[in-house]
Amino acid sequence: MTFEQIKQILKTKTVGIAGCGGLGSNCAVALARVGVGRLILADFDLVQEGNLNRQFYFYDQIGMLKVAALKQNLFRINPDVRVNTFDIRLCQSDIIEIYSKCDVIVEAFDKPEMKYLILDAVHNYMPDKYLVMGVGMAGWGDNNLIRTRQSDRLIICGDEINAIAAECPPLAPRVGVVANMQANAVLEILLGVNEKQIHSEN
Amino acid sequence: MKIILNNKEEILAAEQLTVNELLKVKKFTFKMLVIKVNGKLIKKSEYDTALVHEGDDVMVLHLISGG
Repeated sequence: MTFEQIKQILKTKTVGIAGCGGLGSNCAVALARVGVGRLILADFDLVQEGNLNRQFYFYDQIGMLKVAALKQNLFRINPDVRVNTFDIRLCQSDIIEIYSKCDVIVEAFDKPEMKYLILDAVHNYMPDKYLVMGVGMAGWGDNNLIRTRQSDRLIICGDEINAIAAECPPLAPRVGVVANMQANAVLEILLGVNEKQIHSEN
Repeated sequence: MKIILNNKEEILAAEQLTVNELLKVKKFTFKMLVIKVNGKLIKKSEYDTALVHEGDDVMVLHLISGG
């Protein structure tokens, strides 16, 4: 497919991004660059100085709502992308309401409890939807530990090993790798490659 | 029995195991676990009753912080 053909497909698609920290902000940027039509962003947090070592925000955005700052940054990259923002701490009913019209949902939370919440909500209430999760990206190095695995419509990107700790902080390179792997998995789904694989396996 | 555990073939002495028994045998001790057996999500309340049989495809995912 040429980029023109890719854009024609992607502009009709909607991707939900749950959380706008290191994974969510970088994944949203990649998807806006390639021309995904609509992004639905949710996060309750404000941009802080400590986020700038990995999250797609700028020094002059400190103190802004992450969803507002990210929307601004996405428009600077691609003014044609449509962006819906939700400045809330998501609960199960919010997840179902906000993301039920998405073609794919990207899980980009930091806390494991929230990761479980969205996995459970999608599995029980939106079983036809693809969920692309990020699990394990703290620290540095170990490029080849980072990978993707799939179980039906659940896709997991990350090393599944390195949790955040005082001596193992999340940093731009590894967080960016996983965020872009998630965006890459989203494209695979939206452009039909994943669907084909599933059919051929059956 | 022979099962697929996290995409790898595993041979276990028992003919069947509950999810909890499998977690013990394979030494999964993490708190935030997601278990799928043949694509079906197993709730925590079912770990003592849900069974793993010959040929099952089991996914054990450890949810860790970071995002």
